[in-house]
Amino acid sequence: MAGIVGYGAYIPRNRIKVEEIAKVWGADAPGYKKGLMLEEKSVPSPDQDTITMAVEASKNALKRAGIDPKAIGAVYVGSESHPYAVKPSGTVLAEAINATPEVHTADLEFACKAGTEGMFIALSLVQVGAVEYGLAVGADTSQGAPGDALEYSAAAGAAAFIFGKDKVVAEALQTYSFTTDTPDFWRREYQYYPQHGGRFTGDPAYFKHITGAAEGILAKAGMKPADFDYVIFHQPNGKFPFRVGEMLGFTKKQIEPGWLVSKLGNTYSASSPLGLTATLDISKPGDMILIVSYGSGAGSDAFIFRVTERIDEVKALAPKTRDLLDKNKVYIDYGVYAKYRRKIRKAE
Amino acid sequence: MPNPSKYWREIPQRYRLEAGKCTKCGFIAFPPRLVCPQCGNRKFEKTKLADSGTILTFTIIRVPPHQFEDQAPYAVGIAELDDGVRLTAQIVDCDSGVLKIGMRVRIEFRKIYEEGAAGVIYYGYKFVPA
Repeated sequence: MAGIVGYGAYIPRNRIKVEEIAKVWGADAPGYKKGLMLEEKSVPSPDQDTITMAVEASKNALKRAGIDPKAIGAVYVGSESHPYAVKPSGTVLAEAINATPEVHTADLEFACKAGTEGMFIALSLVQVGAVEYGLAVGADTSQGAPGDALEYSAAAGAAAFIFGKDKVVAEALQTYSFTTDTPDFWRREYQYYPQHGGRFTGDPAYFKHITGAAEGILAKAGMKPADFDYVIFHQPNGKFPFRVGEMLGFTKKQIEPGWLVSKLGNTYSASSPLGLTATLDISKPGDMILIVSYGSGAGSDAFIFRVTERIDEVKALAPKTRDLLDKNKVYIDYGVYAKYRRKIRKAE
Repeated sequence: MPNPSKYWREIPQRYRLEAGKCTKCGFIAFPPRLVCPQCGNRKFEKTKLADSGTILTFTIIRVPPHQFEDQAPYAVGIAELDDGVRLTAQIVDCDSGVLKIGMRVRIEFRKIYEEGAAGVIYYGYKFVPA
């Protein structure tokens, strides 16, 4: 059965605390920390972008997969922060991991669910036998407008998954997608920062699509929340995943292993995929995992995975997601953050 | 006028550390050469450099070329990779005071520089603490 053959994560080491951002804008830090359950977020260095993080996450996935990169027939990078407007991130990634030239490549964009879109396509191509292995990456260096609520969460990271039919570590038992036209968050061409509909991003957007996708996949698979060991929902802030979990009948215990947002921020296309890598890191053979992404605009992709015996052989072959999150981090102040994120206007 | 051809020619080395290994004496040439400087042989097979090593020496650049101004001060060093090849690269993600001769490093894929806001983005290898 087709499934995940290798997985890998990458998180940059810089962090900025909620207090540091709130101090600059005269905002209420305890309110953000309590209301949104956010403490700090990752920040990319000036020499890191969606492409560099996608390459590092993919290299980690290759270490766990233990396959010849030339056998990868499809490479998809999902992001809302592709470094080029025209010129694919996937070409650089495919070249860097030595998968070129016999490979199909595309860049995807769908707010925070571009990563799971790539996973859906790569898995489907493997299932129908069009490619032997398919690589899908969710990566973002997302930007929130200075002073906007999103600035407290917009973070950076990448997660990569190689799909195949042999050496599988997590079998893909079921997929389901739920999509409507919902303008809750957008960025127009040539605009630097996105705009959003404030509270409109909740009920008719995040909650409707995640519950729609979760209920849909459970019905399709004939399963219920109690059948799962772990569940990962998209993490735009700390609170939403727990609330949607409660609405659907999942427990905190099922959500917590993949819940990274309070110390990581919202890594957009990498958000639920990184939750999946962290969950695979602690999973045992036979564990059942549900992942439901969410991307504004709007839609959710859901997958059911069953972990195989091979998981124990591959966990230690690349850095674990929690270690990337908790070790080797460095705190920066708002000035350095503004410089790193190019929020300072310089002379030409 | 942008000129991406030089960068493009170096992609196998900059992205994947591809080197040439002399089929006669085993000398590893990075970047690849046509003639082995040790034995004069003209045949090489493709090999990939090791992705970790040890810092042999380093310097701190405080007055950089204009493309690197935003990064100063930054470290550049030579590391002996685990296959014996010596490689020069920037050393990043390293707090001052931590950087030492003998320190273990590994190679990470990073942005090297950009040709302004509208030009090509050049990627390649840098050292990070192992």
